[in-house]
Amino acid sequence: MSAARATVADSEAWLGRLLLAPAVAYIVLVVGVPFLLALYYSLTNVTITGRHLDFVGLDNFRDALANPTFRRALSNTFVFAFASQGLVIVFASMLAIALQKDFRGRWLVRLLILLPWVAPISLGSIGWLWIFDPVYSVINWTLRSLHLLGFREWPVWLGVPVLAKASVILVQVWRTLPLATVILLGGLSSIPQDIHDAAAVDGAGFFRHLFQITLPLVLPIQLVAILFGFVFAFTDMIVIWVLTRGGPYETTHVLASEAFYTGIDGGNLAGGAAIALFLFPVLAAAAILLLRLARSTDVA
Amino acid sequence: MAIVEIRNLRKAFAEHTAVDGVELKTTEGEFLVLLGPSGCGKTTLLRVIAGLEKQTSGDVLIGDRVVNDLPPRARRIAMVFQSYALYPHLTVEQNIAFPLKAQGAPAASIAGAVHKAAAMFSIEPLLSRKPRQLSGGERQRVALARAMVRSPDVFLLDEPLSNLDAKLRTLARDELQQFQRRLATTTIYVTHDQVEAMGLGDRIVVMNEGKVRQIGKPQEVYDEPADVFVAGFLGSPPMNFFERGGTRIGIRPEHLLPKGTHPSTDRLINVWFKVTRVEDLGAARLLYGCLRDLAPNAKIVVNLPSTVRLRVSAGESYELDVREKDLKFFDPATGLRVPARPELVKP
Repeated sequence: MSAARATVADSEAWLGRLLLAPAVAYIVLVVGVPFLLALYYSLTNVTITGRHLDFVGLDNFRDALANPTFRRALSNTFVFAFASQGLVIVFASMLAIALQKDFRGRWLVRLLILLPWVAPISLGSIGWLWIFDPVYSVINWTLRSLHLLGFREWPVWLGVPVLAKASVILVQVWRTLPLATVILLGGLSSIPQDIHDAAAVDGAGFFRHLFQITLPLVLPIQLVAILFGFVFAFTDMIVIWVLTRGGPYETTHVLASEAFYTGIDGGNLAGGAAIALFLFPVLAAAAILLLRLARSTDVA
Repeated sequence: MAIVEIRNLRKAFAEHTAVDGVELKTTEGEFLVLLGPSGCGKTTLLRVIAGLEKQTSGDVLIGDRVVNDLPPRARRIAMVFQSYALYPHLTVEQNIAFPLKAQGAPAASIAGAVHKAAAMFSIEPLLSRKPRQLSGGERQRVALARAMVRSPDVFLLDEPLSNLDAKLRTLARDELQQFQRRLATTTIYVTHDQVEAMGLGDRIVVMNEGKVRQIGKPQEVYDEPADVFVAGFLGSPPMNFFERGGTRIGIRPEHLLPKGTHPSTDRLINVWFKVTRVEDLGAARLLYGCLRDLAPNAKIVVNLPSTVRLRVSAGESYELDVREKDLKFFDPATGLRVPARPELVKP
């Protein structure tokens, strides 16, 4: 009878390997291989249509750094990510603390706040495209009917570099805020009620309670939320693609969109790979930080 | 220092009434213990006094001042929580300094006050540590130091010893009482542990189902319980009850002693006790059985101190003595004490 034989399920070592295999294969095939391919391409002169492929050393990286559009994209990537996440810290804290309180219709407000996260990014961005429309912009019409915009004032949101950048940041805030709020809500509810009671008895008023007790206690979880948002904002190109296509005058490109335009639209696969690789050190740092935080997050 | 007074206090939640018409008044510097089973409303009462819960009706007075509408920080109270509720992200020193800073004490005076409080509880070497690096006993001391550092009018303690192991708890109980005596600050202490209540309290408030059942000195509450609940709640093993002649009669297990060994010369009553099981606990023996002639169906426990050397074996009956005044009589319907009717237990 086979029942008397040991099977692979009896050996923890082999069973473990077997169960892990699909996940490992997936990561190797769709993350590892493309990454190594990008490293390899970035050192060659490969193009989308080319049949030959020569090794050119670090030429692609040198070219990228010499290109003012690339340098602007590099700085935009940081500006958009930091500015949007800076705002998210503030807004997410406000929202999470407000949503912790019990009030009528709280579930509805929670649902509404989560919507931007659930909706596809491209659909949301198209909605924003209409909101920022040069003729029909709902923002402008609202401001005008409130008499806040003068007769000759009519901001063209996506047509002026400063306004276009602000618009991109606004949309990034809009779509990363829900996740940060939900993570923060979880963090807030993990603080024992006794701690809040102790602070109340010890004489802390609202602001001392908020800034010296509540916020420091959710700081580790806050950081996790912000890092997630940072990674999303840092690598995103859909918002740029839908809203500005890098315009006006190539002032709103980010690394991801610049890599796409160079490598896919422009056909310079090697150049695009090199540009995309500039994302790597920052993302690697963010990943390491996240892993460390995950290990040390304890509230109590 | 201040007197705390509670007037006809009620606290109702959506589902139930936690505190139901409580009246009590401490004396100056008193150690008052609120004792009762879990869910009896004692913690809710303490939280209402602290201002953490708002009463449904009634008044709370601290030092002759009605504090009903004052937030906790304006009531000049300090509270120690069962979980200690130390701020986990602050060091011990910052934890103790927190109430002073919140009060707006001058920075120069804070360090001195913190060190004085730390010295009082011998936790100076721990000042730079975080709460998670402390043992349970150390955390409890830090919580006490944080409570006393700003010299409040009233201490409110919510089961502060229940998270300590048994050995440490005895020690901490002793320290707590000494420290309260030294400061002479009015203290209200919540516990479900009758040993703590008996040992610590100047007076005990026994609560059940949101109501005060009896207030009195520990010995009074133990010896002269006002009703069946108080009689049964205090004492371990609890008081024995049996019914005779339409009256419920209670005898404490340690008040029954073998004939001839009773040290008292008061009037004794003689009963026959049938033993069904013997439990030897070292310091005492517990005999389980029934009063053969008086109440053969009621389970009775007898607590024999180890100094009583009588050989006892299961299945046998023995003659026991009990002082007439150690018999307590209750109305079975209301549970309240009624005048003694010793003739009911005489053969």
